[in-house]
Amino acid sequence: MIENPMLEKKVVISGVGRSDMGRRLRRDPWLLTAQAALAAIADAGLTPEDIDGLSTYPGASWSTPGITGAGVDDVKALLGIKTRWHTGGGELPGQLGSIVNATLAVAGGLCEHVLCFRTVWESTAQEQIGSRSETLRSVTTVREFDQWTKPFGAGYSTFGALTMQRYMHESGSTREQLAQIALTARANAASNPAAVYRSPMTMDDYMGARMISDPLCLYDCDTPMDGSVAIVISRADSARIDRKRAISFQAIGSATGLEASAEMMWGRTDLKPADVDLAELYDGFSILAVRWMEALSLCPRNEGGRFIEGGSRIAIGGELPISTGGGQLSGGRMHGYGALHQACRQLRGEAEGVQIEPRPQVAVVSSGAESFSSCLLLSR
Amino acid sequence: MERTAPPLTERTEGFWRSGADGVLRIARCQACGWRLQPPRPVCPKCRGMDIRFEPVSGDGVVHAWTINRYAWNPGMPPPYVLAHVELVEQPGLMLLSNIIGCAPEDVRVGMPVHVTFEQAGEAWIPVFSA
Repeated sequence: MIENPMLEKKVVISGVGRSDMGRRLRRDPWLLTAQAALAAIADAGLTPEDIDGLSTYPGASWSTPGITGAGVDDVKALLGIKTRWHTGGGELPGQLGSIVNATLAVAGGLCEHVLCFRTVWESTAQEQIGSRSETLRSVTTVREFDQWTKPFGAGYSTFGALTMQRYMHESGSTREQLAQIALTARANAASNPAAVYRSPMTMDDYMGARMISDPLCLYDCDTPMDGSVAIVISRADSARIDRKRAISFQAIGSATGLEASAEMMWGRTDLKPADVDLAELYDGFSILAVRWMEALSLCPRNEGGRFIEGGSRIAIGGELPISTGGGQLSGGRMHGYGALHQACRQLRGEAEGVQIEPRPQVAVVSSGAESFSSCLLLSR
Repeated sequence: MERTAPPLTERTEGFWRSGADGVLRIARCQACGWRLQPPRPVCPKCRGMDIRFEPVSGDGVVHAWTINRYAWNPGMPPPYVLAHVELVEQPGLMLLSNIIGCAPEDVRVGMPVHVTFEQAGEAWIPVFSA
């Protein structure tokens, strides 16, 4: 085991912010990025001149249209930020790998305040180009991976569907049980003005939804949106930040795979799964939230379906609230950054309309799927 | 059905051209015998660099499956079945492929399947039949 140098104690989340968010905002993604960045910087009690580091996923270099609205160089030019360190890229341990990178740079003394950001404008990009499949076909970069999927007519949903089908086979869980991920997210989204889908959803709605790739239905898939979220990572001993509002890192997991990331995270803390008051789990497909729940030992392996059955355990007020802002299923696809933003709001007691009472002490946030994964254990 | 042809490269053409004679060939390390899919020039187990395409039986079992309903490719009208097929030669040796020759809703986990090929450009796409 690697000795823990307590990286996590040297850094905090000092500020969070987000832009206007929604379907087809038809706004310049650089403007959205600036909105989120300035909000987060102000929330931290800082000015843009204080920011000396930038970190993002996936950066401006690779994407389907709309998947990345701004890269590091864009933000430097947009806000006149002078950096001592920066990074942006897609080959990270999950989308929140960009947060992990920032913690390393601050703890290592390269810089003091890193602005991390994630901007998407998929819904507007899709509208400009045409249908969603047309958007996906317009990708000019042929990745090594694509040659093993395209000849068979596979798409992103294929992998969510295969994961869900195999999970149901191994665990004996049912669609009615797993529906609670989508239903819980929608119920919570009703109280989140920034969420994309806020109208009530019933079990009948879920069971009657059209199949995308059996057993994955429409409501098991997250929804593209426009928006930007920014997070400021600062030195824990910085004199400039408001320590009372800062969020602490208890542990980071950045290993390859959900189980390995979770094991690494729990190995870096004395806290236990039973200490978790809130789980903002990656839900790009609903089954991923169940997979993360089990990987993080928040419920026993293959018991996820029975654990969430009926929904009371994972509702606000339950023993393990999830997706309190609507998740990505109903809140919109902010690629892990939405979950992190929501967890910070909950830990600070600032999640109006969906605040967990009493205010949660410990939250876990996860991002990614399969071998692309990371998780953070946070406390106030 | 008009499939998207994969690019044929030095690394992969031994796999994609294999079906021309009706035989599936999978990259295999000549030092330790490990089979690699996708093919790569180095064995991840022993780091051996003598990797050659060798015939396999073409027998596999369905590990996971889904009925795709979405038109990802204009040449492939849905519905059709996508599956992870585990080849019998090595545990965990998995191909993402299609299951043909049966009604989509009749596919099951653990179902034995056998390879067959469909041509796309110069490539022979391995698919599996019940």
